[in-house]
Amino acid sequence: MRPETEAELAEMIAAAKGPLHVQGGGTRPVGQPVTGEMLHTSGMSGITLYEPGALTLVVQAGTPLAEIEAALDAEGQRLPFEPMDHRGLLGTSGTPTIGGVVASNASGPRRIQVGACRDFMLGVRFVDGQGTVIKNGGRVMKNVTGYDLVKLLSGSWGTLGVLSEVSLKVLPKPDSAATLKFRGLDVAQAVSVMSRALGSPFEITGAAHDPQAGQTLLRIEGFAQSVTYRAGQLRALFSDHAIEIENDPAQVAATWAGIRDVAPLQDGTGDVWRLSVKPSDAPELVARLDAEALLFDWGGGLIWARVPEGTDLRARMSGVKGHATLIRGSAASRAALPVFHPEPAPLAHITDGLRLRFDPRGILNPGLMGA
Amino acid sequence: MEMPVPNADVIARKAQIVAALSKVMPSGAVISDVSETRAYECDALTAYRCAPLAVVLPRSTEEVSAVMKICHDMGVPVVPRGSGTSLAGGALPTADCVLLGVARMNEVIETDYENRFIRVQTGRTNLSVTGAVEQEDFFYAPDPSSQLACAIAGNIAMNSGGAHCLKYGVTTNNLLGVTIVLMDGTVTEIGGAHLDSGGLDLLGLICGSEGQLGVVTEATLRILRKPEGARPVLMGFDSNEVAGACVSDIIKAGVLPVAIEFMDRPCIEACEAFAHAGYPMCEALLIVEVEGSPAEIDEQLSVILDIARRHNPVELREAKDADEAGRIWLGRKSAFGAMGQINDYMCLDGTIPVTSLPYVLKRIGELSKQYGLGVANVFHAGDGNMHPLILFDANKPGDLELCEDMGADILRLCVEVGGCLTGEHGVGIEKRDLMVDQFAPDDLEAQMAVKDVFDPKWLLNPAKVFPLAASESRRNFALAAE
Ligand SMILES: Cc1cc2nc3c(=O)[nH]c(=O)nc-3n(C[C@H](O)[C@H](O)[C@H](O)COP(=O)(O)OP(=O)(O)OC[C@H]3O[C@@H](n4cnc5c(N)ncnc54)[C@H](O)[C@@H]3O)c2cc1C
Repeated sequence: MRPETEAELAEMIAAAKGPLHVQGGGTRPVGQPVTGEMLHTSGMSGITLYEPGALTLVVQAGTPLAEIEAALDAEGQRLPFEPMDHRGLLGTSGTPTIGGVVASNASGPRRIQVGACRDFMLGVRFVDGQGTVIKNGGRVMKNVTGYDLVKLLSGSWGTLGVLSEVSLKVLPKPDSAATLKFRGLDVAQAVSVMSRALGSPFEITGAAHDPQAGQTLLRIEGFAQSVTYRAGQLRALFSDHAIEIENDPAQVAATWAGIRDVAPLQDGTGDVWRLSVKPSDAPELVARLDAEALLFDWGGGLIWARVPEGTDLRARMSGVKGHATLIRGSAASRAALPVFHPEPAPLAHITDGLRLRFDPRGILNPGLMGA
Repeated sequence: MEMPVPNADVIARKAQIVAALSKVMPSGAVISDVSETRAYECDALTAYRCAPLAVVLPRSTEEVSAVMKICHDMGVPVVPRGSGTSLAGGALPTADCVLLGVARMNEVIETDYENRFIRVQTGRTNLSVTGAVEQEDFFYAPDPSSQLACAIAGNIAMNSGGAHCLKYGVTTNNLLGVTIVLMDGTVTEIGGAHLDSGGLDLLGLICGSEGQLGVVTEATLRILRKPEGARPVLMGFDSNEVAGACVSDIIKAGVLPVAIEFMDRPCIEACEAFAHAGYPMCEALLIVEVEGSPAEIDEQLSVILDIARRHNPVELREAKDADEAGRIWLGRKSAFGAMGQINDYMCLDGTIPVTSLPYVLKRIGELSKQYGLGVANVFHAGDGNMHPLILFDANKPGDLELCEDMGADILRLCVEVGGCLTGEHGVGIEKRDLMVDQFAPDDLEAQMAVKDVFDPKWLLNPAKVFPLAASESRRNFALAAE
């Protein structure tokens, strides 16, 4: 199935006789494998409305991300939350769509400062499991009218409804950017440096640590003079460290695209997990993980870990609050372990209840998120 | 505004209900005397009042849970309350409800500068959250004008915003986790000091749910390091259109001010008479504030002032020191007080696409003439969150109704141009019946289905948010099931 309009999408879902496997570009096959008829969203494509002066973008869910980025770029704007491109890590080859970005709440290094995809979502239109068209939110920057189903749909991986249109807040691209590189820090030292930087007034928009390369990275962005000024202030703050500064725009962009797309862990075999914890828990936690390779983002709060196939990383997290998702897992690993972090009973009960309301027949990506 | 007929059966059981509550609560924490419950009869939407059946003032999550379980088992509606500053009637009681106030739960549980969060009981006031971290030069960003009084509980329930949310976002963007008590007394945690959810984003769903999904007793909030400095500029223009175009150009230029506030002539005049801030008399004023080091501020302001000059301002005033900055903000900050001096007023908060500003202001002017009621506009222009203040005389029969009708017309106008009914105050009872203008029946059904999951008996703040006719069958079904 490949609907070209929301009305067609609604008809197809209403008429569906069995499970549907909802897919945008097919670049993010995360979750338990779904068996069902393919429902491609790529037919619903195009920018509905873009008002640079109001920082708002309304777009059909199947629109290629590249098309959106080009349109924004022409106006000197961007999607601030820096969505990850999963193709490198997952070895997929499709065309990422905005619907897939939203459904997975994909957010990159800048999440630490500006927020996640869900924080830039202004509105959604979607079709639920009965074929009913539902809208929530809108296209204005502040909106508390009724419940926030926009957040609920962001990161719901197509299990509550199929997105047909999304509205987003965009932001101007800064004039310039720089990366500050520290060398030779261990995890504890790196987290401490990143915490100090993030707790400074110098507006860090990226804080990552790559143990393989022995590098700890801080990013600053803004007007040229301001970037120079803040780089100087940070140098002073960390005067006991040798800091290398990367200024070339293309290089800065490439460095952070590598962090965003988890480049250091893409090669090699094994399962790749994504953990979200309190940054100061990271050093002690990774000591227990026994990972083959690690990458830290979000000041240390986001940990990417590559481990041998079938390793139950969650079992090694005991006592640490947060969650772990098996992003790249072999079929055997996914059959043996929940992909998404199991919830405490009251929340699992609510989640089940919501699924039952939005998709009473259980036909939208059934089982993808578990349960 | 219509409210549902109170459940006579619940009212008849008042003595048993109070006795059951008193058993699980310390003395002084259950109030049932009519002379004392009256103190809780309204929030800041003072036109509507109704004393609750009883008031409980717990000090801990365990006490909240015990109260909820009793109310659940005895079929008694619960209306949660923070500080009672809602402008939408969100905390308005019904005669058959237990009003659950969290004001005594105001402790700081944990502050963590390394990981940049604070955990508080939700009865704590917004400003005192910043107060708790200020000595380390940190702050909690969302800053509603009511921040001295309003509680984090109400901020979460309404997803409140503030003057600086253009840069820092509203409550939902600064909330990391909550402890929530469900209607049946179940206590659970959502989120925490880590970022984002491992499953569905239930935290995002709770925030802004107006006390209808659960009682939030503790919250983990993101705190930020204070910027090195901030500086406002004042700009006067001789038409709303030009001021609106200037806002749009500033946003497009790539500078992100922390605040862009807009005041129109009626508001400027009232503020000037009240606060003597030295504002120029013109059609529209903008206050634009930027942050950073002195050099960074200079850099941003030079871009902004260049743009302003292209729009032929009648006034451009840059604050040279803290005193001048204070004077620029003085009038804006006293706007509500100033309007209150001259009249009763109703404050709306519809949001519109920034590009529609001039048109909407023109239409509001026309409606003002048509209804014969004055309107002053003061609002967060950067994000299109309007605050038309409609002036009326509460002592004049029919004036309140006239004012409400005009308010409804203005909100419909906001929806018509692609905006919404409320940007930060919430629906409460005030905008409940207008929900059908923004949402189709299926849209509302989807939202009510969420409440069905959290609160199947529809006992928690049931008469709010949804048009009574739309929620009636659910509320009655729950009653009949008793
Ligand atoms: C002068 C003035 C200026 C204002 N300025 C702003 C502004 O700039 N921005 C803005 O956004 N708002 C503003 N407001 C509105 C108001 O202050 C906010 O809505 C505020 O968040 C309400 O907080 P509160 O603690 O007073 O909540 P209350 O009025 O007590 O309750 C508000 C809602 O929260 C629910 N609730 C309360 N406690 C809980 C709980 N523990 N768990 C679940 N639900 C709960 C209530 O049932 C109700 O629905 C202003 C109000 C006034 C009077």
